[in-house]
Amino acid sequence: MSTYEILFWFLTVMALSCALGVILSRNPVNSVLFLIATFFAISGHYVLMNAQFLAIVNIIVYAGAIMVLFLFVIMLMNLNADTEPQKNRLVQFAGVISGGALFLVVLAALRTSSVNMLEQSPTDIGLIKNLGKTLFTQFVLPFEISSVLFLSAMIGAVVIGKKEEATTTPNP
Amino acid sequence: MLLLQIDTAFIIEKILLITVILLGSLGIAMYLTWAERKVAAVMQDRIGPARAGIFGLLQPLADGGKLFFKEEIIPDRSTRTLFILGPALAMLTALMTSAVVPWGPDITLDNGSVISLQVADISIGILFIFGVVSLGVYGVMLGGWASNNKFSLLSSIRAASQAISYELAMGLSLVAVLMMTGSLSLREIVEQQHGFWDGYFTWNFFKQPLGFLIFLICAFAELNRAPFDLPECESELNMGYHQEYSSMKLGFYLFAEYINLFVSSAVIITLFFGGYNFPFMDKVAGAASPIVFSLICVLIFLTKIICCILFFMFIRWTLPRFRYDQLMRLGWKSLIPLALFNMVVTGAAILWIFK
Repeated sequence: MSTYEILFWFLTVMALSCALGVILSRNPVNSVLFLIATFFAISGHYVLMNAQFLAIVNIIVYAGAIMVLFLFVIMLMNLNADTEPQKNRLVQFAGVISGGALFLVVLAALRTSSVNMLEQSPTDIGLIKNLGKTLFTQFVLPFEISSVLFLSAMIGAVVIGKKEEATTTPNP
Repeated sequence: MLLLQIDTAFIIEKILLITVILLGSLGIAMYLTWAERKVAAVMQDRIGPARAGIFGLLQPLADGGKLFFKEEIIPDRSTRTLFILGPALAMLTALMTSAVVPWGPDITLDNGSVISLQVADISIGILFIFGVVSLGVYGVMLGGWASNNKFSLLSSIRAASQAISYELAMGLSLVAVLMMTGSLSLREIVEQQHGFWDGYFTWNFFKQPLGFLIFLICAFAELNRAPFDLPECESELNMGYHQEYSSMKLGFYLFAEYINLFVSSAVIITLFFGGYNFPFMDKVAGAASPIVFSLICVLIFLTKIICCILFFMFIRWTLPRFRYDQLMRLGWKSLIPLALFNMVVTGAAILWIFK
C-alpha cells in the first residue's frame, strides 16, 4: 500500500466513525466534538486531493466559526443526557420509515451510476492561485451571485436581530 | 518496512527542527512568566521576584515545581473527559502555530544540500495560522463548560464571542497585506521584505501602518491580554475559565497563554517587521559563512520578538480593562469598517498608482 492509500483509508475510517459518533452519542456537546473531528477528516481528504485552500477554509469556517456557535448554543441551553425528551412511538416509526426511504433512494442512485476511481495524480486546480483565477474568470457570474445571496442573508439576520421599535410610547 | 515512502534524512531533519522549536518556545514561555513579573515590578516601582537565584532567575522553576506537586482536583459534577481535554487542546493549538513560521533563511551547505529553518513551507501559511487560532477557543470553551461552574461558563462564553468578533477584523486587516505581497506563504512574505531600505522601506509596517494597528489590537484581543482580558477579569468572574483547575492543568492554561504570546509576536514580526531581515544583511551575508549568517538572522528575529513581547507587557501594565460592551463596539463598529477601508484604499493604490 502506498502512503496515499494508507492516508486515504485512515481518513475514511475516521470520517465515518466520527460521523456515526455524532448521531450515536447521548451528550450533545460530544456530538459537536465528533462533528468537528469529522470536518478534520474531510479536510484531510481535501489535502489528499491537493485542494489545500478548500481544506483550510473548511476548518476555519466550519470547525472554527460555525461549530463554536453551535457549542455556544448547546452550552447555554444546558442539555444533558438525562434531560433529553423521550420521543413517542409514532415519531420514532416515522423517522425510521423516512430514513429508510432516503437510504433506498441513495442506494438506487448509486447502483446505476458508474463510480469512477479517484485519480491518483490530483490536479492543481485546488491550489489557491488556480482556484482564484478560475473563480474570477470562468465562474465569475455564479460567484458574484452567491456573494449577493450571502449579503442578503446578512441583511436578513440584521433585520431579524434588530430590536423591535416601540409602537406605543411608554409611560413617562 | 517501506510503508511511508519518505526520505529518512528528511524526517530526521524535521523532527530535530520541531524538537528545537518546541523546547525553545517552552523555555521562552517559562521565562516570559518571570519577565512579566519583572516588568510589572519595574513599572510599579517594586523589586519583583528576587529570592530564587540571582534576579529571581530560578523563579519559573520554583513555580513549575509547585504546580507539579499540587493536588490534582477534578470537580465531582464536572464532565471528566472534557475537563481533561480542555487544557490539552489549549496547549496543542498554542504550539501548532509555530510550524509555519520561518525562523531563518535556508542554509546551503558546501555539498549543496539545503537545510530549511521552517518546519513546513505550505502555500497557505497565513490561512493555516488563522485555522489554528480559530481552533484555540475550543480549549477555553470546553474547559469552562466542563467545570460545571457558572463563572467558568460565563468566562468561556465571553472568550469565545471575543475571539470570533476579533478574528474578522484580523482577517480583513491582513487581506490588504496579502494583496500587496500576492502570496499566502509566510516565507515568501518574509523574502519580499528583504533588507530594510531598497529605495523605499521594504518592511510591511511602513507600507501598511493602519493594517498593522488593526492587526495588533486584534492580537491583543485574541491573546486575552489586558486591556482585553475580559475572560479572566478577576473583579467580575473570580478567576475566569480556569477557576476549577488546579495543579499542572492550571499550569497548562497559564503556560499556553505565554506560548501564544511568543508565537503571535513571531507572526507579527514575520508579517510586518521583516521577520529575520535586518539592515545591511547583504553585506553580512557576504562576509560570514552561511551557517553563521543564518544564526545571526535567527538571533535578530528573536531579538525583534522579545521587543514585541515587551511592548505587549508594557501595554498590559499601563491600560485599564475595557468594559464588555465597549470591547464589542470597538471590534464590530470601529475595527471592521476601518479594516475594510484600508482594504479598499490598498486595492485602489495597487490598481492605479503601482501598476
